[in-house]
Amino acid sequence: MTSVSMTVNGKPASGEVEPRTLLVDFLREHLRLTGTHVGCDTSQCGACVVHVDGTAVKSCTTLALQCEGADVLTIEGLAQGDQLHPMQEAFREHHALQCGFCTPGMIMSAIDIINRHGGVPDETTIRHELEGNLCRCTGYHNIVKAVIAGGEAMAPGRAAAE
Amino acid sequence: MYDFNYHRPSSLDEAVTLLGQGEDVKVLAGGHTLLPTMKQRLAAPSDVVDLSRIAALKGIEATEGAVRIGAATSHADVAASGEVRNRIPALAALAARIGDPHVRNRGTLGGSIANNDPNADYPAACLALGATIVTTKREIAADDFFVDMFETALDEDEIVTRVDFPVPRRAGYAKFPNPASRYALVGVFVAEGGDGIRAAVTGAGPCVFRVPEMEAALGHDFSPAALEGIKVDAGGLNADIHASADYRAHLVGVMARRAVEAALEGR
Repeated sequence: MTSVSMTVNGKPASGEVEPRTLLVDFLREHLRLTGTHVGCDTSQCGACVVHVDGTAVKSCTTLALQCEGADVLTIEGLAQGDQLHPMQEAFREHHALQCGFCTPGMIMSAIDIINRHGGVPDETTIRHELEGNLCRCTGYHNIVKAVIAGGEAMAPGRAAAE
Repeated sequence: MYDFNYHRPSSLDEAVTLLGQGEDVKVLAGGHTLLPTMKQRLAAPSDVVDLSRIAALKGIEATEGAVRIGAATSHADVAASGEVRNRIPALAALAARIGDPHVRNRGTLGGSIANNDPNADYPAACLALGATIVTTKREIAADDFFVDMFETALDEDEIVTRVDFPVPRRAGYAKFPNPASRYALVGVFVAEGGDGIRAAVTGAGPCVFRVPEMEAALGHDFSPAALEGIKVDAGGLNADIHASADYRAHLVGVMARRAVEAALEGR
């Protein structure tokens, strides 16, 4: 066992893990942050997306030990008390989910898209940028609407500088 | 995944020393091939050496006539780099279409070429641009680096540190992505540089390869039309559930023409 320490949702988190422990298992099993999901476990579906040092990664394809000292943000770290993050609120408002299993990863990816583009990119770009997130309820149409609305709420009046 | 000993060296010297110790030591870069392979138990290394904390492996530097990219630079950083976009836009465009955004945030140039997956994108760029692969031991021309399926000229205790890409006069890349993985079912990189035209094909065969007939034709007339009628022999090409060898051979022609179009448009 090896000790690992990182910051998760602004708070220090540490534990004893086997080297093979994946980041998603550390989050779910050790920290009981079960909002991050394991869908395919093969780096395809994106249900496990979290932010590590500000970039979106698939936590099922990252070792916990690779994140030693890192700043990790999960779906649980978005809301301020009862106040949902604007992207969460947009997913709720636009009914951008059916079963909801892909939703945590979708929201983490959506926020990454807006952050990286410095605003809301066009719809085609958003659809390409969501290539790493699969929704098997075929809910993409409303998801794209929610990403646009959530992005506008995050950064009002700012179209992405393309 | 079987368990292993994990090492996080902070220098290249330390990493090379670690590679010489242990039964089956593997290098971990972005981990987006190695970790899935280990989950499937197709690889079960005794030791894993994580290169992510070695600063010397990261970064992009423009020099006279070349762009030098550190081996641990992520695909996302290559795609976003102003230097790469200005001087070799085809290389930035290639990096921007590897996998998906999350994969691009973790996957690295060095990891991709050291693995030499027959469907990977970067080997085509290295070969067509006449890149030089710099390692902890020597400099290897791309022509000599890619040996066969998942096989390179690297020794067991040798690590790719950097790739130097000569800036071409013009270059273009086109691929037919596998819709699930976005690996290249077939990808063709065409470049016109100091030593003429080079056309490199990935995805179609066991290892990236050049097509001299296309290079000669483009040398006379750098246009998609110059490639009409040039057939690539399907013998020896890959065949799987995604595409037959004949279909891949056909796609080489289609992708080559699109790559030339991209080069002419400077994208």
